[in-house]
Formats: sequence, structure tokens, C-alpha cells
Amino acid sequence: MVEIKDVWKSFDRGRIEVLKGVDLQVRRGETVALCGTSGCGKSTLLNVIAGLEDPDRGSVRTAGRTIGGERERVDLLRHDVGFVFQLHHLMPDLTLEENCLVPVIAAGGKRADALARLAELAEATGIAGQLKQRVRELSGGERQRGALVRSLMNEPSLLLGDEPTGALDEANRERVFAMLLDLVRAKGRTLVMATHDLELAMRCDRVIRMRDGRIISDAA
Amino acid sequence: MSLWSLIFTNLRRHRVRTAIGATGIALGVATMLSVVGLLGGAVKMFERILRNDAEMVVFEKNVSDLFFSNVPSLIVDELEQQAFVKEAQPVLFAIVTAPGRPVVTCFGIRAEDGRLKKAEWLSGSVDGFQGTDVVLGERAADFLEAKAGDTVELGQGKHLVAGVVRMENGFENGGVFMPLAACQHAFHKEGFSSVVTVALADGSDSAEVKDWIAREHPKMTALENEEFSRSYSQFKILKTTAWVVGGCAFLLGGLSVTNTMILSVFSRIKEIAIARVCGFSRTQVAGMIFGESIAVCAFGILGGWLLSMGGLHLLRSIPQLQGYIEPNVGWQELSGAAALAVATALIGALYPAWYAARLNPAQALRFE
Repeated sequence: MVEIKDVWKSFDRGRIEVLKGVDLQVRRGETVALCGTSGCGKSTLLNVIAGLEDPDRGSVRTAGRTIGGERERVDLLRHDVGFVFQLHHLMPDLTLEENCLVPVIAAGGKRADALARLAELAEATGIAGQLKQRVRELSGGERQRGALVRSLMNEPSLLLGDEPTGALDEANRERVFAMLLDLVRAKGRTLVMATHDLELAMRCDRVIRMRDGRIISDAA
Repeated sequence: MSLWSLIFTNLRRHRVRTAIGATGIALGVATMLSVVGLLGGAVKMFERILRNDAEMVVFEKNVSDLFFSNVPSLIVDELEQQAFVKEAQPVLFAIVTAPGRPVVTCFGIRAEDGRLKKAEWLSGSVDGFQGTDVVLGERAADFLEAKAGDTVELGQGKHLVAGVVRMENGFENGGVFMPLAACQHAFHKEGFSSVVTVALADGSDSAEVKDWIAREHPKMTALENEEFSRSYSQFKILKTTAWVVGGCAFLLGGLSVTNTMILSVFSRIKEIAIARVCGFSRTQVAGMIFGESIAVCAFGILGGWLLSMGGLHLLRSIPQLQGYIEPNVGWQELSGAAALAVATALIGALYPAWYAARLNPAQALRFE
């Protein structure tokens, strides 16, 4: 599902090196946790996998696609990759339903099919009653579950999470993470998730530790 | 839920910003429609003065202004003898002063001119239109405070008012009609008129008049009314001025749209980044920004149209301006202004759309 070979990435015209020769392979259906301190390169690695950042060197192949340009990047994000962030990043003036339909608009999907899928996902995440509410009226946990639903609307085979429970309280963190794992495993999806939380990381199939832009351990 | 509903939601949630952008466009549209309408109306009124049931105008070649044109009277006589001419009417345009009125338009015409025949006579009759007696347009009678039988002071002379007529055309209604000979004498243009309007005989062609004038009077020119309107330099200047003034107003409107759209992009950089992460292409992001700009522009066009119609209606209702304000705002003017507004909106959105489309979503999500 993900094949990364000798990927290097730097910012500020090479002055800040964030990824230093990363090699990574993730198989279809695996759940992988990326752990490490802030600034170790977890988020950048996720961005490179999603095609949001181009590596300076090395090769990246995600969901069978090599990102060569805008067309491949857009296709990847529309059809193969869903992304959940630490902050929900929902549009506050739209209803939860409208927010969840944003990826469908991007992909030009059918509204009826999308609404059926949304109903199913909303039911599974317990936000069916909140779909018509505006984002600003929702609790933090509901917003994050909404963001999770949005990331799955186009049925991606790979879900990327950048501290997806990092901004939630204890109860919500557990609930959202459990849902996330259920939704991923139920459909045989692949999950690559950056987290500081070792307890959550241990519930994934693999835990990869990063330090200073390098993978220092990779354990099942 | 479609791209358009995203666009309208964003406009709705920033109502003040949207209103400011639309107001910029509205002012541009209103200015353009008002200026173009007013000047277009003025041109149309002047065209009607010249036309007077005739198909052609004969005037001196290469004059910049018809007031400087001198057409010898013998041309009128000769034209009237041609089989292809039904009627030829000389008109001498002049400006006179009257007490308290520095500018009064004076029309030197013959008694049989259609203007007087068709006019609504409020007092007096065409029979009195002889010698140095004058006929006043209704507005002129108002501001000169004169009625039939009174004497009015015009330029160096005093003239008996033979009648008062109501004309549809503001220039004529605010003007003075003087027998051609008296007018020629008063303005030292004996034997000349400014133009000769020519009505063609049934079945005749304007080319016959043109050929005849070119052959017999090469210093003169004969044009069909439409040709004249298109080529007369004063009309061209007026029309160009109108569009340039309107265009400048649009420049300001365009800046307001640019400002609105830049603010719109900068205030939701993260949202745009998320849209990109959700699979929006650069084209879709740019389309969203252009769409917002077009929507703002559509509100502006509607507002500007209403504003200009209201303003022109207000101007028309001012008694002193009645007859002078005949705005000519048709589909052509409206679509011209709308096309300019859309172009302004698109150009105004170019930079914001380019900026939004080029955003790196990963970096934008880190944006504070």
C-alpha cells in the first residue's frame, strides 16, 4: 500500500532537514503507528505519503500510484487516501453533513450514493443526530468524529491520521480511536497514524519509532 | 451540496465583505449605465433634431462641429429639384444669450419645417412664424418668462413671440425657433445653413444623393442618419467619454473585488488547504474563488442597475431637467456594463485565485 525508499525532505532551502533517508513499506490492511517526539518528521512523512509534500529525493508509491504531478496527487486524494488531523478542520459555517460532502464534491460523486454512505458512517460513529447541525454547535468529540467520517466518504483504501485524537479528552480519545480502528479494520483499510500516545500506538499492528528524521525502530 | 453552495455559503458568512465587494461593482455599473445612458440619450436627442423625418443629412465636409458647418442655400434649392428628393430642409444652429441665460439654443428653420408642423402648439400658430418673430419651446418660454405676444431679448435683438410649442425633445423644448432668414441675419450667416436634412422620394436611394453631392458640391458631404451618428466626431467623443468614465469606475470596482477576494482567501487558508486534502484540484479551488467573484459581481450588476435606474428616474423627475434627460439604457448598454463587470470580477479574482490554487496544503495547515 505504501512503498517509500530513501526519502529525504528538507525545508527552508535545505537548512532544515526533516526526513533523512526514510525507508518504509506498509502492506494493505496493516495499521501502523508512527511515534516520536515533536519535530521528528512524523507529520512530514504522512504528508509525503499523501502526496501533499514532494520529497527532495527518493521514491514514494502510495496505493499503487507514483506521485508525479497535480493530476496523480488529486486522484490519490480523491480516491485512495483519507486524512484526519489533530484539529478537525471542519468548515464552521457548514453543517456537519455539508462538511462530510466536501470530498464528494471534489470527486464529482453522486449525491444519493454519498448520502447513503454518510448515513452508514454517521450511524457507526454516533453522529447521525448531529448531521444537520452546524459545526460550531458540536462538541469536540463530535467534530473529530465528523472529521473521521469526512475522511472516509470516498472510501479510501488508506487512512492517514496526524494525531487524530491529540486534541480530545480522555473519554473522547478512547471512543474516537476505537471507532477509527473499527472502521479501518472492518473494510480492510490501511492505517498509518502519527501519535504521541504509546498506549494507542500499541493497539496498532506495527509501531514505528522516529527520531531526527529517521526510523529508529519498527516493531510488530 | 455543490461547488456553488460552498461558494454561496462563504459569501453568506462574510456578508459585510461580500456587500463591500458588490457595492464596488454596483457603483461601477451604476456610474457606467448612468453616464452611458445620459450621454447616449443626449446623442439620441441630437440625432432626432437632425433627423426630423429625413433619411439623410448634408453638411460641410471635415468640420468638427455642425455649428461650424456652412451649407450654401442654393444647395437646398437644387436638391428640391432633384427627382430623388422629396423634401430638403435647411437648419441653422446657433447659440444666443438671453437675460439670465448665457446659452439658449437657436434653430433657424423655415415655416414649413416638420418640427413646427408636428409640434403641439400651446399658444400662437405657425402663421405667425415670419419676419423676426420667434417661436419658443415650452421650457424656453418658462425660463424666459414669456408668452405669445410678448417681446423677448435674444442676443442683440428683440423679438416678438409668435407662439409657444411643446416638443418632446429637451433641446428643442428649451430652444428658440427663428425664421431661417432672420437667424442667418442675426448670426451673420446670410445664404448659409448648418445642415440640410433630406427626405428621399419614394423608391429613391441614398446613393443618388451622395453621388449628386459628391459631383456637384465636393466640399459638402451627404450621409445617411445612421452613418452620420457613427461617424460624427462629437458623438464619438461623447460615447468614448462615457465608456472611459465608466471604465474608470470599473477599475475602482475591480480593486474592491480584488480586495474582497484577497481577504476571502487569506481568512480561510486552512479551509482551502483542507479542501485540497479532500481532493479539490487547483482548478476547482480557483473555480471556487472565481465563482465567488462572479457571484459578488452578479449582485453588483443587479445593485448597479437598480441604482442607476433609480438615479436616472430621480434626475428625470427634476422639473428643470425634464426633456433633457432621456437616458438611453437598453439591453446593449446593460449587457456592455455587465460584460465589463464580469471581466472586472474575473481580473480582480485572478491573483486571489492564483494564490489559493498555488497554496501548499501541508504548509497552509501549519499556517497561524
